Amino acid sequence: MSYVVEFRVDRGSGMPAYLQLAQQVREALRLGWLTPGDKLPTVREVVATSGVNPNTVLKAYRELEFAGLVEARQGAGTFVKAALGTADRKDLARLYDELVEWLARARKSGLEDEDVVALLRTALEGERE
Amino acid sequence: MTEGIALAVEGLGKRYRRKVALRDCSFELPAGRVSALVGMNGAGKTTLLSVLAGLLPPTEGRVRLPAGERRIAFVAQEKPLYRHFSVRDMLRLGSKLNTVWDQQRALDWLARFDVPLDRPCGKLSGGQQAQVSFAVAIGSRPSVLLLDEPLSNLDPLARREVVKELLSAVVDTDMTVLMSTHVVAELSGVADHLLLLGDGELVLSGDVDDLLAAHRNYAGPRSERPPVPGEVLVASHVGGQSTFLMESFEPVAAPWTARPVTLEDLVLARLENARAVAA
Repeated sequence: MSYVVEFRVDRGSGMPAYLQLAQQVREALRLGWLTPGDKLPTVREVVATSGVNPNTVLKAYRELEFAGLVEARQGAGTFVKAALGTADRKDLARLYDELVEWLARARKSGLEDEDVVALLRTALEGERE
Repeated sequence: MTEGIALAVEGLGKRYRRKVALRDCSFELPAGRVSALVGMNGAGKTTLLSVLAGLLPPTEGRVRLPAGERRIAFVAQEKPLYRHFSVRDMLRLGSKLNTVWDQQRALDWLARFDVPLDRPCGKLSGGQQAQVSFAVAIGSRPSVLLLDEPLSNLDPLARREVVKELLSAVVDTDMTVLMSTHVVAELSGVADHLLLLGDGELVLSGDVDDLLAAHRNYAGPRSERPPVPGEVLVASHVGGQSTFLMESFEPVAAPWTARPVTLEDLVLARLENARAVAA
């Protein structure tokens, strides 16, 4: 049984729909929900479940193929080829738990979603400098 | 005709007595794609669709179709049906009036939306009548399906389901779809190609992703001049800040920031610009 990615298109976002879908697959790879060998849903399945344009799905899959993350096997479908992210799942789970705790503290200090995102972005930028 | 083109239009114009409804429209519909025909009320969307469907003769210009596959289906906004015909009779009419007919596909569509086959069309709800029109159009296995405001009489849930079924039919049959709408917000992720009509003229056409990638919103300190070269579609100055919606994808230096535009931003900006030029 393969994990079926649930695709969605944010209509208010300026990001092209195919890039949104590709990013959702990347996220699933990063979080370990998709691993090498898993089959991505067919274009027909994505269209029937999420109402996304078939050409958009095809374009997203081509983008992922170009990035070397998935491969199309003639007549069989599209399969995950490479994993993304180097952390193993145990580390990811621990970091996630810590983040949830941190988030609870942030809420106690009155931070809203946007404050949290801004804070995270600042920290990422600080690391780069 | 070029391969991959489902329909081409050259210098199309339509005049009703003194009123010009369409002026010098030229574009191509890419095959197997879903194109959106967008414009405000009265922009000429229905006239254009009627000309493409062969229901109205153009005053000038012509519509070209590739040889062979030339089956066009048109679902008008009023979704006309024979009131006293049962749904089953409407399908039989469809099978007699079309050279190609896929009864199963039509029945599947009706079953999907729980439309009773034995009821007269006049006794169906507005939503169910729309589904009968769609079923007849899909049953005729068109190479090009033209839909005039297809979602306008449907509740939000039915809209989503109709979009899913239509797009699934595109995958199954390789048909090309052109649908008109004035609700831009429901297009993103549904249409991959855009035709924008402003007051009878084609204002913009192209691949949706390409169009979005070619435009940016720039925001920064108040300035009369934009921070990068390119066509300015909208400029606004509020307090100490200026924003420019531009045809440009140039990066910009701080304190300016560049944001992607949404399809809605782009459509509204282009229409307003076209109106300002005409005035």
